[in-house]
Amino acid sequence: MIVNPQGLHARPAMVFAETANQFKAAIKVARPTMADDSTEVDGKSLIQMISLEATAGATLRIRAEGDDADAAVAELARLVESGFGED
Amino acid sequence: MEIKKGIGVSPGVAISTALMIDTEDLVIPRRQVPETELKAELDRFREAAASSTQDLKALRETVASQHGNDIAAIFDFHMGLLRDPTLVSQVTQEINKNHFAAEYAVSVAMRRLASSFQQMSDRFFSERVKDIHDIEKRLLQKLIGKRHEDLARLDRDVIIIAHDLLPSQTVLLDKRRVKGFATDVGGRTSHTAIVARAMGIPAVVGLGNITSEVSGGDTVIIDGNRGVVIIDPDEQQLVENREFGQRLIRMETELGKLRDLPAQTLDGCRVSVQANIEFPGEIDDALGRGAEAIGLYRTEFLYLASEHEPSEEDHYRAYADALRRLGGRPLVIRTLDLGADKYTQAKQANPERNPFLGDRSIRMCLHDIPMFKRQLRAIMRASVLGDVRVMFPMISTMLELRQATMILRDVMEELEDEGIECRRDISIGAMIEVPSAAILADQFAREVSFFSIGTNDLIQYTLAVDRTNERVAGLFSPAHPAVLKLIRDTIQAADRAGIKCSVCGEMAGEPLYTLLLLGMGLRIFSMNGPDIPEVKKVIRSTTLEHAQQVAQQVMSYESERQVTHYLKEETRKLLPDAF
Repeated sequence: MIVNPQGLHARPAMVFAETANQFKAAIKVARPTMADDSTEVDGKSLIQMISLEATAGATLRIRAEGDDADAAVAELARLVESGFGED
Repeated sequence: MEIKKGIGVSPGVAISTALMIDTEDLVIPRRQVPETELKAELDRFREAAASSTQDLKALRETVASQHGNDIAAIFDFHMGLLRDPTLVSQVTQEINKNHFAAEYAVSVAMRRLASSFQQMSDRFFSERVKDIHDIEKRLLQKLIGKRHEDLARLDRDVIIIAHDLLPSQTVLLDKRRVKGFATDVGGRTSHTAIVARAMGIPAVVGLGNITSEVSGGDTVIIDGNRGVVIIDPDEQQLVENREFGQRLIRMETELGKLRDLPAQTLDGCRVSVQANIEFPGEIDDALGRGAEAIGLYRTEFLYLASEHEPSEEDHYRAYADALRRLGGRPLVIRTLDLGADKYTQAKQANPERNPFLGDRSIRMCLHDIPMFKRQLRAIMRASVLGDVRVMFPMISTMLELRQATMILRDVMEELEDEGIECRRDISIGAMIEVPSAAILADQFAREVSFFSIGTNDLIQYTLAVDRTNERVAGLFSPAHPAVLKLIRDTIQAADRAGIKCSVCGEMAGEPLYTLLLLGMGLRIFSMNGPDIPEVKKVIRSTTLEHAQQVAQQVMSYESERQVTHYLKEETRKLLPDAF
């Protein structure tokens, strides 16, 4: 769940995409509360992450496929839960 | 195909290719490249992105050291966008699939991205559109910055599409190649409209978002009569519009026959029709349309045409050129009327909060006397070359008028001391365009030898409406009874004092108001050249008696709507095919 008050805005989206880019696995992110919850975006694209319009309180579903998939999901989930190190 | 409705501000029909201009004059041509050059275009894009990233890094460091990391983080975001896989793949696709040149591919992909951001419901996200524009600009500058299409030398006919045109841009345009204007904002009296009418080309303004719907290179039809722009027209529309355009030209030829006939009512009342110009080059065309004099020479273009303030010689050359073209006919020179526009505001350290009520026009001149004197010296030197008259704009108090006149007298004395000839008996006039001057017209009439009513400003100041603000532009109307009363009172005050009075605002060139103004006692109409034949036609088809009845009737109305409705009917009775 997004905890930072301004939501997944420019800086967090960037931190997310950058972190995602450090993994080999393909990373798909969805926001199940959206009208069409099957829409998945590329977690490595800053633009697509912003397009989720994940405001504070939104829940994200992170899915990864590839060698380091488990590590990727764990790390990204931790990042989101920690509020991207923001207040 | 798409049809957009705006405000037609200059008549005629033009069919040509779109040329996009943004506020920095970056022109993005829709250019396609052959298969063999696709790789080169991809490389150009990658280089532009890499070099932009370099710039951003440097910028980030400077900003971080001065303002800290928080502010500098915005540049991280920009760099993040530049390497974003979504953006890169979209641009790559535009190049690979559609064979577009790198700059066009960037512009298409960025525009798509911007509109998807704009649609986001959360303000925080939709605000990011500004960053997209920033990045787009940065990339485009890398890609085409060094080969700006030179607006002064176009190699083909174009229709200019822009958010708004600045005076500094229109002055540079290659007038032979520009066939029309279409802009997002503006109204009947905006700069774009005035220039288009002066150039005799169609223009439609107030289109909202035409710049995001047209791409450079699209075929566009501009119908300045109906205020319509058609993007990517189909065959039938092309045919229809060509025919309509030709019919308009035939009508114009018809009106052209009026050129050498006097502007005189059926019962013999003689009126003078004159032209408004922005540069001397327009005089030949104005005379060709039947202008008897230049009733308003706007001198601002001298200041807008170049980076530096014009010298006395620059002024003198322009005035001498105008007088030579006029061959003895009168030339009314309005002194500098700048301020309250982007040009002057951008140059100021502290932009004014309310520039239209600020340091503009004659006020600005009285605050910068050396600059004012340069222009006045040139006017006085030119006064011996022909029939020159000088007119001070935006007079709002008697003190201003007296100060301006005193400075003019100073200049005459200085010239005489230097042994330079000038005409001390030059006619001095005041523009009546601030309600205070119109209300006290009787007092002002004793101090000058002519009035010229500037209806555009008079309306905006009387009705408190910014005519360029599309949200309230609908309230801007010459037909408001309060405006009409001020105009009538001013004409009558001039009559009582035995001085001349003209109207040089847009209103003088609208046939709808010809009967009314004539009936109010106006005998000098100064307008844009292309408007002369039609106004003349109205004058020639009525009697003074009828015009006076019309004016009397109009003054009894309470609403602007009643006035325009009645005037339309009365004018149609004279000229069934008007409007």
